[in-house]
Amino acid sequence: MKELEILKILMENAKAEPDKIGVMLGMDPEEVKQIIKKLEDDKVIVKYMTLIDWEKTSCDKVQALIDVRVLPERGVGFDRVAQRIAMFPEVRSVYLMSGGYDLSVRVEGKSLKEVANFVSEKLAPLEHVQSTTTHFILKMYKKDGVILGDKEEDKRQVMIP
Amino acid sequence: MTWSIKNKIAPIVQAIPPSGIRRYFDLIATTKGIISLGVGEPDFVTPWHIRDEAIYSLERGYTVYTSNAGMPELREEISKYLKRTIGISYEAEGEVLVTVGASEAVDLAIRSLITPGDEALVPEPCYVSYQPCVSLSGGIPVPVETRVENEFKLRAEDLAKKITPKSKVLILSYPNNPTGGIMTYEDYLPIAQLVEEHDLVVISDEIYSELTYVGEHVSFASLPGMKERTIVINGFSKAFAMTGLRIGYAAGPFDVIAAMTKIHQYTMLCAPITAQIGAIEALRHGEEAKANMVSQYDKRRRLIVDGLNTLGLTCFEPRGAFYAFPSVESTGLSAEEFTERLILEAKVAVVPGTAFGSSGAGHIRCSYAASLENITEALERIESFLKKIK
Repeated sequence: MKELEILKILMENAKAEPDKIGVMLGMDPEEVKQIIKKLEDDKVIVKYMTLIDWEKTSCDKVQALIDVRVLPERGVGFDRVAQRIAMFPEVRSVYLMSGGYDLSVRVEGKSLKEVANFVSEKLAPLEHVQSTTTHFILKMYKKDGVILGDKEEDKRQVMIP
Repeated sequence: MTWSIKNKIAPIVQAIPPSGIRRYFDLIATTKGIISLGVGEPDFVTPWHIRDEAIYSLERGYTVYTSNAGMPELREEISKYLKRTIGISYEAEGEVLVTVGASEAVDLAIRSLITPGDEALVPEPCYVSYQPCVSLSGGIPVPVETRVENEFKLRAEDLAKKITPKSKVLILSYPNNPTGGIMTYEDYLPIAQLVEEHDLVVISDEIYSELTYVGEHVSFASLPGMKERTIVINGFSKAFAMTGLRIGYAAGPFDVIAAMTKIHQYTMLCAPITAQIGAIEALRHGEEAKANMVSQYDKRRRLIVDGLNTLGLTCFEPRGAFYAFPSVESTGLSAEEFTERLILEAKVAVVPGTAFGSSGAGHIRCSYAASLENITEALERIESFLKKIK
């Protein structure tokens, strides 16, 4: 239970310090540190990352979601080919999907051309990959539960009392 | 003397002093870069599913009056809600009245009970509306002091001292604004005894009931024999972050709800339908969103109380509402001086305890209906301010 509470706080703010987490949850900071250490050791906490709105930076990034149809292999199903695809640094995420295709692959590159080249030269020719459909992401409105764009203003007005 | 409409204003209204916090709000409005711990309003926006229902109802053209007492579905939901939260059964038809915010319910309850000369016992510090409403009815508000050493609980011996043959009404408001104090069942028992002994009626404003962090909220009406003597008032502003929708309710004995409805039907007619539809959605499906907000408040509560205590502004642990009520006596400044200088020199807005009655002297009210970042930043600013004035 306490683990979940700590995880919820860290999910919102990876920079939350154990001392503060301890205060917020009414726990000894040492205990918080131990629990976090264990969560890290167990790979429950995999990595501390920062959610960045790249559109506000000078950095050019192009992302695409690629629907991949795969011929499953006897004994391992989709695992081997999925793990192989996941090895490419251009690939940001890989999911096995239900429905009309098998793997959903998110690819990131500096330009349309770079992503297109990756698909045609690396991904599509892979053994067992039957087809790919590439969808370029044009604009991101919400990511990981956070609405991107300008900070929502505080609409509370002066009211007495 | 030139003619002025000012002389035509009813004396009873003229006699009501202007709000004690207006001055600070004017200061806040003219100072840039303020972090406000002054507002008594959730910083959360109304949960989307509630707004969505309200919007959808507008699309379908639900922009009409409802029955005076409120939509039957809403009264039904309120009745079920009260049964499951405070364990008391109220008939949706006749014992529940939907009002324009809990504030209207407070006014209606007072107007239904108080006649000129009646005394209303009001534990202080408390929300600022009770006493003016009592005065407007020609009644006499009688403050009953509560103190930090008793965790701002109402003590029977303090109440007993203020009871006279003219005492008619006792106005309770727990969890309390501004102190964050709460009353347990055991705390209420001797109060209930006094109420019975002296034949009082109780208006129990339980608007912060859902924001109870230690133990469970206890309604005064749940004490033996008290249901028939108590008007329970609650609303959606604090629990579901629906302040601007202005929607609340009262539940109580048939005759007093009928009296309140009489005033309500000639003054308000009914509460806005959009808000009523939002309220139905809140009671039907709002549990998760509400629990999430309460859990956030609880974390902030611990953070701000710990922070204030570390800074030497001793603060008893508030168990409800969303206010910390630390003492500023260690600084040698009065609550008013401290507040004014904090706004001007540290750009942090709080409210002096005296705004909530003279027993609030030496304290300030800090609302933690603010983001963790803002609370942290405000504490840092208060810290440098305290160093400066040492």
